[in-house]
Amino acid sequence: MKLQEILNKYRKPDMGKRILKNLVPKLERINDRLGRKLNLMEVCGTHTVNISQTGIRDLLLPYVNLKSGPGCPVCVTDNREIDWMLALADIKGVIITTFGDMMRVPGSRGSLVEQKAAGADVRVVYSGLDAVKTALNNPEREVIFLGVGFETTVPTVAASLMEAETLGLENFSVFSAHKVVPPALRILLEDPEIKIDGLILPGHVSVILGRKAWDFLAEEYGCPSAVVGFEAVDILLGVNNLADQILQGKAEVANAYPRAVKEEGNKAAQELIDRYFTVTDAQWRGIGTIPQSGLELAGEFKKFNAKDRFHVSPGESRVPKGCACGDVLKGKIWPNQCPLFAGACTPTSPVGPCMVSSEGACAAYYRFHRNLKEGDLGG
Amino acid sequence: MDKILLAHGDGGLLTHRLIEEIFVREFGSDILGEMGDAAGIECGKKIAFATDSFVVSPIFFPGGDIGKLACAGTVNDLSVYGSKPRFLSVSFILEEGTPMEDLIKVARSLGETARFAGVKIAAGDTKVVEKGKGDKIYINTAGVGEMLDNFSQAHKIKTGDAIIVSGNIGDHGAAIISRRAGIDFESVIKSDCAPLNHIIVPLWEAYEGIRLMRDPTRGGVATTLKEIAMQASKDFLIYEELLPFDPQVRSAAEVLGLDPLYLANEGKFIAVVDAAIAGEVVNFIRRFPEGENAAVIGEVLEGRGDVKVKTPLGGTKLLDMLTGEQLPRIC
Repeated sequence: MKLQEILNKYRKPDMGKRILKNLVPKLERINDRLGRKLNLMEVCGTHTVNISQTGIRDLLLPYVNLKSGPGCPVCVTDNREIDWMLALADIKGVIITTFGDMMRVPGSRGSLVEQKAAGADVRVVYSGLDAVKTALNNPEREVIFLGVGFETTVPTVAASLMEAETLGLENFSVFSAHKVVPPALRILLEDPEIKIDGLILPGHVSVILGRKAWDFLAEEYGCPSAVVGFEAVDILLGVNNLADQILQGKAEVANAYPRAVKEEGNKAAQELIDRYFTVTDAQWRGIGTIPQSGLELAGEFKKFNAKDRFHVSPGESRVPKGCACGDVLKGKIWPNQCPLFAGACTPTSPVGPCMVSSEGACAAYYRFHRNLKEGDLGG
Repeated sequence: MDKILLAHGDGGLLTHRLIEEIFVREFGSDILGEMGDAAGIECGKKIAFATDSFVVSPIFFPGGDIGKLACAGTVNDLSVYGSKPRFLSVSFILEEGTPMEDLIKVARSLGETARFAGVKIAAGDTKVVEKGKGDKIYINTAGVGEMLDNFSQAHKIKTGDAIIVSGNIGDHGAAIISRRAGIDFESVIKSDCAPLNHIIVPLWEAYEGIRLMRDPTRGGVATTLKEIAMQASKDFLIYEELLPFDPQVRSAAEVLGLDPLYLANEGKFIAVVDAAIAGEVVNFIRRFPEGENAAVIGEVLEGRGDVKVKTPLGGTKLLDMLTGEQLPRIC
């Protein structure tokens, strides 16, 4: 079957409507039992956007709070890391290569877009391998790749390091702001102020990690969870699975995306990550330091570490006043409850990264649900 | 192979040769042949006046080239506003070293498009910039048209009106981007780049119930709908299932992470019309190959300028203007 045919199958509105018809009474029963509206959280930017895009957010609004957690890698990148990237871009003669999403993210002093306009050589690439190609084509210049992303992206960056190693490139380095998802979920589930009744787990990250990697959510935290795909039918099936678990008083980690996600994940990709990176504590925007949640270059590959190669100072980082990205990322408030939402902070002049990245919760609410009032979303 | 030299832009012998041997010949215009400092033209009483610059990269793309685009772009602007395009000016900014053959091909294509559209090229200019200071060929066109009795007026849009798109959405943007990204799909995605005055002018003349037309170029159908809704101070309700897409364009956009509603169109228009004539208007557009997928896509509601989209599942979301990363040099 061709890719498009497979995808179309999971986009069929009739199938979606049938699932919805069964799902709504279940959600009503759960809400009766809880005496409040059910809270489910997704932790993937693609889910954030697709839940809005397909109309599911609007349709399920009366029955369930579909909250967006720290699932957009650009959004969780700390201000200090952004400042560091800006400082690297200041170095005379270097070429900065980055994913397009990072370009407009504001740090304490400007953004990459502004630095590019001021003369810095900043280039958007689609992958780390493109960055390696840039280094190969510019042997007399240093090329730095800004590595931002979760387990889904990291193997591709590892592959580019492998390529750089094979080619013996000495002018290529990586600034690693990569993060891993599971430790962040522990922090959310341990926070007494955050009420999550079930987790919609990221399908893409799970392709790499495997379903089993999430078992701790059910075993240690008793949180009903489901690995979920990205089409309308996938998302509805995922929510339906969580509703069933909750009604039955169960907590397990279900695989509602079996066409892509295996028990053990993608071993080859995991090995690539382990070879080139080592786990370290990391700073998450708005959340703080999360132990063992970041990735930096391992052992002999430290020679590719831009932080070691270039001794720049990011200066003092300032978090913009009033920006509530942290509370949005933890699902404590809805994007439109941030005092800056759609006023001081819009996609064209963003204050925080959740409004910059197209996968950020604030950008998605601005784009698809700007007409909702604060109270429409529920507590 | 002959190349563009700086001297082709110095106003001397080479400039004259370029004008006579390429532009006058390819554009087939008697007024241009007079080689005056300006052109005297006959036009109706009230005229429409539009201008547009073209910097598309690559200059040749599946379905068209910068010459066809430069002619069609201004012709369509004049047409959707509610005028009959009559005359164009064409200015070239050429990069030193550009193969002469490329310029001839572009000029020929522009001339053919102008003849098809029935517009005369009445004025022109050529400048040459040093190698590296431009990118092959940039073109500016300006045009005048005779105003028609009925023309685009947002304030005429009424609650209950129908919204029509003249064919598949996003073809031009998808053609350029997939070409640039070097992505090969099963068959080549072609730009829809074409002049549409032969469809649009008769529509204005036949139907008083047409309130407004607009061509959804940069920013795509989404941005254009939002602009119209805000100008009309009405809400639009668009049914996602009714939006016509070429499946290839949809796949290409998906692979590249783009929403085809924000991809540029260069041979499409949006029309807001009295619901009573919507069926007839769509049937009329469908008679032309450029309009075979024309469809009613939504309706006008009371409101203040929101564009709402009903998804196939039945949920509603807003459609906004393009605010994210712009794709540079799409036209």
